[in-house]
Amino acid sequence: MTTKRIVLSGAAMLISAIVLAAAAQRLLQPKYMSDVVEGNLIADYYESNYTHDVLFVGDCEVYENVSPVRLWEQYGIPSYIRGSAQQLIWQSYYLLEDALRYETPKVVFFNVLSMKYDTPQNEAYNRMSLEGMKWSPSKVHAIQASMTEEENFASYVFPILRYHSRWSELTADDFRYYFGVEPNFFSGYYLRADVKSAENVPTGRPLEDYGFGDVCWEYLDKMRMLCEEKGVKLVLMKAPSLYPYWYDEWNEQIVAYAEQHGLVYINFLEEKLLAQTGIDFATDTYDAGLHLNVYGAEKLSDWLGAYMQEQYALSDRRGDAALDAYWAEIAERYDAELARQLQNLEQYGSIHEPETT
Amino acid sequence: MLFTSGAFLVGLPILCIVYFVIPQRFRWMLLLAASYGFYACSGLENLLFILTTTISTYLLTCAMERIADQRKETLAANKSVWSRDEKKAYKEQMQKKRFWLLVCCLLLNFGILAVLKYGAFTLRNINSIAGWFGQGDVFAVPQLLLPMGISFYTFQTMGYAIDVYWEKYACEKNPARLALFVSFFPQLIQGPISRYDQLAQGLFAGNGFQAGRVLFGTQRILWGYLKKMVLADRILPAVTTLISDPAQYDGVYAFIGILYYTLNLYADFTGGIDITIGIGQVLGIPMAENFERPFFSKNITEYWRRWHITLGTWFKDYLFYPISVCAPMLNLSKWSRKTLGKTIGKYVPVYAATLIVWFTTGLWHGAAWNFIVWGLMNAVIILISERLTPLYDRFHKRFAWSNTHAYGGFQALRTTLLMGCLRMFDCYRDVPLTFRMFGSMFTKGNFSVLWDGSLLELSLSVSDYIVLAVGMVLLFVASMLGRKGSVRQRILEKSPVLSCAMTVALFLIVLIFGAYGIGYDSSQFIYNQF
Amino acid sequence: MSETMETILSILKDLHEDVDFENCTTLIDDEILDSFDIITVITEISNEFDVKIPADRIVPENFNSAAALAALVESLEED
Repeated sequence: MTTKRIVLSGAAMLISAIVLAAAAQRLLQPKYMSDVVEGNLIADYYESNYTHDVLFVGDCEVYENVSPVRLWEQYGIPSYIRGSAQQLIWQSYYLLEDALRYETPKVVFFNVLSMKYDTPQNEAYNRMSLEGMKWSPSKVHAIQASMTEEENFASYVFPILRYHSRWSELTADDFRYYFGVEPNFFSGYYLRADVKSAENVPTGRPLEDYGFGDVCWEYLDKMRMLCEEKGVKLVLMKAPSLYPYWYDEWNEQIVAYAEQHGLVYINFLEEKLLAQTGIDFATDTYDAGLHLNVYGAEKLSDWLGAYMQEQYALSDRRGDAALDAYWAEIAERYDAELARQLQNLEQYGSIHEPETT
Repeated sequence: MLFTSGAFLVGLPILCIVYFVIPQRFRWMLLLAASYGFYACSGLENLLFILTTTISTYLLTCAMERIADQRKETLAANKSVWSRDEKKAYKEQMQKKRFWLLVCCLLLNFGILAVLKYGAFTLRNINSIAGWFGQGDVFAVPQLLLPMGISFYTFQTMGYAIDVYWEKYACEKNPARLALFVSFFPQLIQGPISRYDQLAQGLFAGNGFQAGRVLFGTQRILWGYLKKMVLADRILPAVTTLISDPAQYDGVYAFIGILYYTLNLYADFTGGIDITIGIGQVLGIPMAENFERPFFSKNITEYWRRWHITLGTWFKDYLFYPISVCAPMLNLSKWSRKTLGKTIGKYVPVYAATLIVWFTTGLWHGAAWNFIVWGLMNAVIILISERLTPLYDRFHKRFAWSNTHAYGGFQALRTTLLMGCLRMFDCYRDVPLTFRMFGSMFTKGNFSVLWDGSLLELSLSVSDYIVLAVGMVLLFVASMLGRKGSVRQRILEKSPVLSCAMTVALFLIVLIFGAYGIGYDSSQFIYNQF
Repeated sequence: MSETMETILSILKDLHEDVDFENCTTLIDDEILDSFDIITVITEISNEFDVKIPADRIVPENFNSAAALAALVESLEED
């Protein structure tokens, strides 16, 4: 055999191994289309071609509680929610860092619930918060900060190392969405139209230690400094979710921090604000107080829009033809999704269609 | 470091590339550095033990050789001066010096092994003997950490020392080269136990890149990973489940445990050896085969010639023959002939040597009574079948059907099951429990577990069973084809494209169907702990 | 045929009746003699002759044929 043939066949083997492995990887990666749709939230951000004046970072308390479509339709404020399930504070920080590579918003909201976690929590949530990120130093740092003990970095670079055993659990979705998933979100908002009123919400059990972890304060400092550096207003918020329980002791620490650094902190659980937003836990939540449904989210958005216009003088961007068209498309999907869910609720008593077998 | 660890998987291709790029004379030094790096990953303190073995063996074998050289010179100088008896006396005197050097070497190195591996075992036994006499514990039993692969490299190195003593070949004059022989990384974890004269040539030749070798080596490595990761690691949780709760899993479960453990051990051990020999092949370093389709054996004697071959030949050459022909054994033979008669007396030394070898083989596998009983049971079965050989021969002559393939298959199955039953000692690690579990296979009668879905509750799902079944068929077909020579060679000759495609396919199979990562317990090679 | 050879052949015949020991030169290579047989041969030889076959001489070349065994015994007797 000649040297040329050896090199060629070696290269052919290597390339076909890589191509086939990549093809298999694509098939085996979860598509997050049917059950846990939240897995597609992070990647969805890069689909947006227009910049936003407002960004939200945080866990489910942002992506289920604020409606950017409403903010646009009522106030002409373009916004995006970079939220993900159980987003930890360092993930929020690196996701913000990542977003700031593409745009510089005027205001960033950070939901403070994740201050309670100072160690990596759950592999599945890590995956959903991190895999959607485009590769950048921010992603590398986010992965390094988030990995639980059983995880390794290589499996983020080559997700097949993580998902290879899904071969036995492949569903029609894995083939249907092989070449790409369909948008499920509305500028980062996860819409829910069902209602389950909050009754007998348990108060939190006493904790041994109410102090937030050092790591959390560190990342909050980093987030604050990053915003200062980029000239972005950072606002701390606590969404009106009754559970997980938000302790007064925790609240005091955030109040003190905000005061010390001259930040605005809005705690929507305060009586006064609950009255102002008009959120009613009998009708505005879909899971008994954990998350708001679309009615609650729109009420919260109304309050936020008015607040931002007043405090930060955000201009009404409606009238820009390109932006109007862009948001019209999202609003159209939003309305269609709402209609679909309402119809299903009426027909089946659930927002989901019954499973066809 | 494990063959399945990320660092190894990344390091190995890099090492191979660097190996081929650097000049030939530096290649063995690279291997030495890699081997020490590999070994250091298992704990820096372990280097101390392997260095002790290397240095002591180096010094003592060199001293042996100096005496031999001196003897040759003196004999040559006095060739015409000395009488035959004088020469003989001088030779014996020199040989005695060399003998004591060998004894030092063996005592030191087997001593290290004995203290680390068997110290706690011995002390525990002394304590329990003291217990019979109403004494409390005589000794505190220390927890000593066993350096990785110490049994393997100690045996390999002592084989070398004995060979030098026997003057089979000259000793290695370069300590660094001896260090590489002792620590060569692919075989450090679980063998094969190589002979210096066979391994050294390839090890120090620094052979360059050769496409065929690299292709075959890669295929063998991937095949090894397939056995290890797709089969062995997949069935391991079920084996663990079955043997961790003998009270619940007895009867038919115990029998299933035998089958599962057989597959697990075979796939794990032969897979590891495939990876080892495959690495050698890529680097152009031929290594001794350690398995030859052991489950196709007609009987246990044959099985032990085909399973863990290098350990068997080590015991044969360095223990069985020497003790069989040593003076006390020959005296025993003379005595037994006189007292027991010629026919029986003839067998006494062979049987004595066999029992000693199998006692030691058991002990080699682990410092516990279950391993010793396991070894002695092997010896008993081997001796019984040896005695029954004439009977079998007559049977085979009488019945023509006993030469058919079907009967051959039956024999292979019988060997496999028999070895599986013996391996129960290894599973349960408790001699009385093993006998109880063996008995339960015949008395419990819980056959319904075979079809009532209980098999799916052993940490194996339907898809796991499918993979295992397909994998076993693949292994069986490969073994059948392998009887007629190298499968890889034949595929390449048939079609180079097919050979390349097979390589890619093996890679993908391991990647997708391997049991690794989150959800799978990373499991050490089973033989690593011996 | 030498006396040594005759003795060795009778030792071998005792082990396996149906093997042509006079002419076979692959006793070890073809696994006609196993390790048990080898030890038996060695102990028999030490009985019949006044020689001890040391362990390092137990190699296939010395046991593959009756002639090789005879040569081994003779060389040991000379030593």
